[in-house]
Amino acid sequence: MLVLGPIGFTAPWLLLGLAALPLLWLLLRAVPPAPVRRRFPGVALLLGLDDRSRQSDRTPWWLLLLRLLGMAALIVGFAGPVLDPETRAETRAPLLILFDGSWADARDWPARSARAEQALDEAGRSGRPAAVVSLTDLPPGALPFQAPGSWQERLPGLRPRPWGGDPQQIARWASELEGDFDTLWLSDGLRRPYREDLLAALEARGTVRVFEGSRPVLALAPAVFEDGAIALKALRAAPGPRIETEIVARGLDPNGIERELARLPLVFENGAPEARAALSLPPELRNRVQRFEIAGQRSAGAVSLTDDALRRREVAIVAGRDNREGLRLLAPDHYLVQALAPVSDLIDGTLDEIVQANPDVIILADVATLPPGTAGAIEDWVREGGLLLRFAGPRLAASDLARDAADPLLPVRLRAGGRSVGGAMSWGAPKSLREFGAGSPFEGLEVPPDVTVTAQVMAQPDHELAARTIASLTDGTPLVTRARMGRGQVVLFHVTANAEWSSLPLSGLFVQMLERLAVSSGLARPAPEDLAGTVWTLDTVLDAFGAPDAAASLAGVAGEELAQRLAGPGPGPSVPPGLYAGEARRIALNVIGPETEIAASRWPERIAVEGLGIGGERGLKGAALSAALLLLAADLLASLALAGRLRGARGAAGGVLIAALLAMPGGGAKAQDAPPAEPQAARPPISQKAQAAAEAVVLGHVLSGDAATDRIAAAGLAGLSRTLFERTSIEPAAPAAVDLESDALDVYPFLYWPVTAGQPIPSDGAYARLNAYLRTGGMILFDTLDADVAGFGAGAPNGRRLQELAAGLDIPPLEPVPRDHVLTRAFYLLGDFPGRHAGRDVWVEAAPPDAEQVEGMPFRNLNDNVTPVVIGGNDWASAWAIDENGARMFPVGRGFAGERQREIALRFGVNLIMHVLTGNYKSDQVHVPALLDRLGQ
Amino acid sequence: MNAAALHRAAGLRSGAEALSGSLPPLLAEARHLAAALLMGAHGRRRAGMGDEFWQYRAAVPGDEARAIDWRRSGRSDAHFVKEKEWQAAQSVQIWIDAGRSMQFASAPALPEKRDRARLLALAVAVLLIRGGERVGLSGDTLPPRSGSVQLLRLSAALSAAEANADYEAPQANALLPHARALYLSDCLGDPEPLRAALGIAADRGVEGALVMLLDPQEEAFPFDGRTVFESMGGTLRHETLKAGDLRARYLERVAERKALLGDLCRAAGWQFTVHHTDASAAAELLWIYRALERRR
Repeated sequence: MLVLGPIGFTAPWLLLGLAALPLLWLLLRAVPPAPVRRRFPGVALLLGLDDRSRQSDRTPWWLLLLRLLGMAALIVGFAGPVLDPETRAETRAPLLILFDGSWADARDWPARSARAEQALDEAGRSGRPAAVVSLTDLPPGALPFQAPGSWQERLPGLRPRPWGGDPQQIARWASELEGDFDTLWLSDGLRRPYREDLLAALEARGTVRVFEGSRPVLALAPAVFEDGAIALKALRAAPGPRIETEIVARGLDPNGIERELARLPLVFENGAPEARAALSLPPELRNRVQRFEIAGQRSAGAVSLTDDALRRREVAIVAGRDNREGLRLLAPDHYLVQALAPVSDLIDGTLDEIVQANPDVIILADVATLPPGTAGAIEDWVREGGLLLRFAGPRLAASDLARDAADPLLPVRLRAGGRSVGGAMSWGAPKSLREFGAGSPFEGLEVPPDVTVTAQVMAQPDHELAARTIASLTDGTPLVTRARMGRGQVVLFHVTANAEWSSLPLSGLFVQMLERLAVSSGLARPAPEDLAGTVWTLDTVLDAFGAPDAAASLAGVAGEELAQRLAGPGPGPSVPPGLYAGEARRIALNVIGPETEIAASRWPERIAVEGLGIGGERGLKGAALSAALLLLAADLLASLALAGRLRGARGAAGGVLIAALLAMPGGGAKAQDAPPAEPQAARPPISQKAQAAAEAVVLGHVLSGDAATDRIAAAGLAGLSRTLFERTSIEPAAPAAVDLESDALDVYPFLYWPVTAGQPIPSDGAYARLNAYLRTGGMILFDTLDADVAGFGAGAPNGRRLQELAAGLDIPPLEPVPRDHVLTRAFYLLGDFPGRHAGRDVWVEAAPPDAEQVEGMPFRNLNDNVTPVVIGGNDWASAWAIDENGARMFPVGRGFAGERQREIALRFGVNLIMHVLTGNYKSDQVHVPALLDRLGQ
Repeated sequence: MNAAALHRAAGLRSGAEALSGSLPPLLAEARHLAAALLMGAHGRRRAGMGDEFWQYRAAVPGDEARAIDWRRSGRSDAHFVKEKEWQAAQSVQIWIDAGRSMQFASAPALPEKRDRARLLALAVAVLLIRGGERVGLSGDTLPPRSGSVQLLRLSAALSAAEANADYEAPQANALLPHARALYLSDCLGDPEPLRAALGIAADRGVEGALVMLLDPQEEAFPFDGRTVFESMGGTLRHETLKAGDLRARYLERVAERKALLGDLCRAAGWQFTVHHTDASAAAELLWIYRALERRR
């Protein structure tokens, strides 16, 4: 191979041909363009006229240059140019291609596969055996060295796994390696515990080359609730420059279709290893979120499934005073129920039952004394993670609760009596709320100025009081206090839950505060002992590319193992990532756990690490040959132009050709460079015409190819449409001309098809669509227009043409319209069906052979369908036709009898369209006697 | 009879049929064209006239006895002579350039110049013969005669005319004195024979019309690039490297030629016009008819 700078040639001796180019120059220069020979009588006048200049005797220099460039491109192209040729020492050792095979590989898996394939190609060229091994899917036994070709066939079957390699297994595998081989390690770019040892083991066997993708590894930690918002944390392996990306929340919409529910920007600052974002969603939407993913990352690490942590809270409300029925607005729990009912599941019942139901939140509104035994149960429940929310009130104020000693179920000790401010019997104005301080769960909520407090219970001053206060009044007295207990907490509002003591429950702030408190009581991560003895089944499984899939049939996973996986190492072959369902509870096992950290791999200096961008030879042969072709095509056009043969339309066509040729390679290159897009069902755009026809009832007529016939057909349908508009509830829009080859048929309920002898036979595609149209309830009225001169059959040219046209159609057996056909009474009662001619029978789909007239019925119970075709020759369109002024276009018959015939023709049209649109509705009258009978008349 | 003779006979017959096949359409087309004209400006001319009678006049001494119309004279005392002024009307001799240059048509939609010339000639002949004139071809092939049979002869002669040379010179030798003549030619060849013919015509008191039939391409010269121009027969040849350069000079020469022809005609007392094959034949026919009618 000859290498010149970045370009190498596989067949360099062909380049000698370039030396012949100057010779070509001389040859081409001497030959002028060939003349055009023309017969021209005026030549007698031309005799003696000399050319003023002899310049174009020789080919112009630029045309020569064009040709030479084209020839040079041809020569260079056949010399096999290669960009970035790989020149390496030849070796005969076997080649091991090693994939990390983890989720981080998935982000650029096609590129990795291509790199492996390229390596296999090279190995195949130099006759080296090769083996392909994925560390997440280690082969048993010795390394499977085989011919590279057989590996190339199996390469597409190799997939990354949504977990990392198991260090112990890998160490065991590494220790069993034997023989000498070179290694190409396609690393996933993450720091792995097994990496150093394995590298050492591989280097003992031969040279190791490492390939790493250049795309950053991004990962998404599980979403958690933090103070009312969904906190999202994204990680990256290598802190680098600023990256702006987006997180997408996906879930089911109310129709059960998965779609994007929210999208928020995420910014990795320059050098920052992680990025955080908070997503505030309405509860309804939040409950629907199934997973978060980093936009544009195809990797399981960039997807985080959500589980029960985002679901609706179960809230139990217990009010103390239930004896004032009818005064709902004064009920202590009215505002609570109003505020919480839309966003949570409320539980009713006695305290005992409620505690057993294990809700997320228990709200005690002005409940001072708890039943004996219940207090202990509630305390245990709080320690297990429950949120006890208490509201003060007259009862609490009057009781001795937490006077002398702290009550475990109250965050603070209370002073006797409480206080009243701003009332008729007190000094001072009602107090309003102070802005929420840092550390309060209400931080950031806006305090409306009209929220006032007139009475409250007072907390005993205490060394813990300040820490436990999460909301206070402007004078500093605590309004809401909170104490943590075990994994749960107890919160006390020092006012009532109704509007007696304060206007807080009337304000929107109350709802927001409840929401903050209620949602911040999320489920803690389950400990192994919590899950002991339970079995969890995989509900949704995540593959390495981050695509969720319904898990087929996997054995259940023991709760202990799941909890252990959740706590530490993350998913593995036996516990794949996904959503695990237990009894009434779902747990998401994500690739990235809350504590998972990722870091970039580090390789010793001696190891050459190649990236995706650098690697890979690129053959330039195609490009060079295309350039040659383009140049020669340009030369062709230029020569034609010079010889005066490129004029007018042909010139324009040539220009279009050039433009197409120029546009083509660019488009092709783009298509090759783009990453393989997900197959998307391409839906053809709906034409304006079809859309207009779909929006109203539009009668269509098939274009016959004869302008006069088509004009009459359009006018006829216009006349029929007007008649329908005037007389019936069918209000058609203007009729449309239908081209069978290009238009959508299924938007027309009815097609009028005038048959002329010269009509072209539709294409196969048009027939396919016509048959689909007929099968799905469309109707075609064939009109041979010749009932005045011909009978039905193949005797007349139009009839023959109709037979040829209809040969490709899926038409059922026909019969002349029977007297009891629904066409005779769909709107008008009709006996015959004249058009402009009152010639002959009209044929429709034959009645089923078993149709019998029942005694007492006026007509048979015929087909249950609309007849797909009606065939006749009475030239109905001419009878219906109106011109643009609304006047009849053609006379029918003579005098009054003719007008009567036209009227019947119009009635036939009305019946026909009625039949198309209502089917055999009128046939149902057969059942009228039976119905009357049943009604007892 | 052997196979070769059979073949020859069959070829002859098919050729004859092809030839005769074109004849009725040409005549029909010419009649159609002529009828359009008769219906217009000249329709009334024929009404009530019927035949060649012009007027009776009193016989004067010197009239031949056999010229006296005895039937008319018998109804009165005087002798009358039946004047046949109309019948003694003009002979019109038509010359159509039979050169091969007349076979040129630049586009398939356009007629060849020869076809247009034949059509015009025959249509004029139809008009003239219906008007009682005698029409014939110049030269000695078909002397002027009247009657509808002459039309058939004319159309046969026109259809049969074979082209030989690239450009043909008019034959003025057989021109009858004081007759009228219609020359249809593209006049692209050497103008000298035409000048001579017009001179002879003027000498003999023949007046007429010269129609220069040109194809639109011959007026436009829409060529470019390296071109070899050949006459229709291939005898003349001109090669140019840039045909576009020649356009202005060619058009100049065409204009010169038209001017020359106009001058020649004016000197000989002839009418001259240029007709393009893409223009209406009826309009041209009207012009020709008027030109021949003039001073009659």
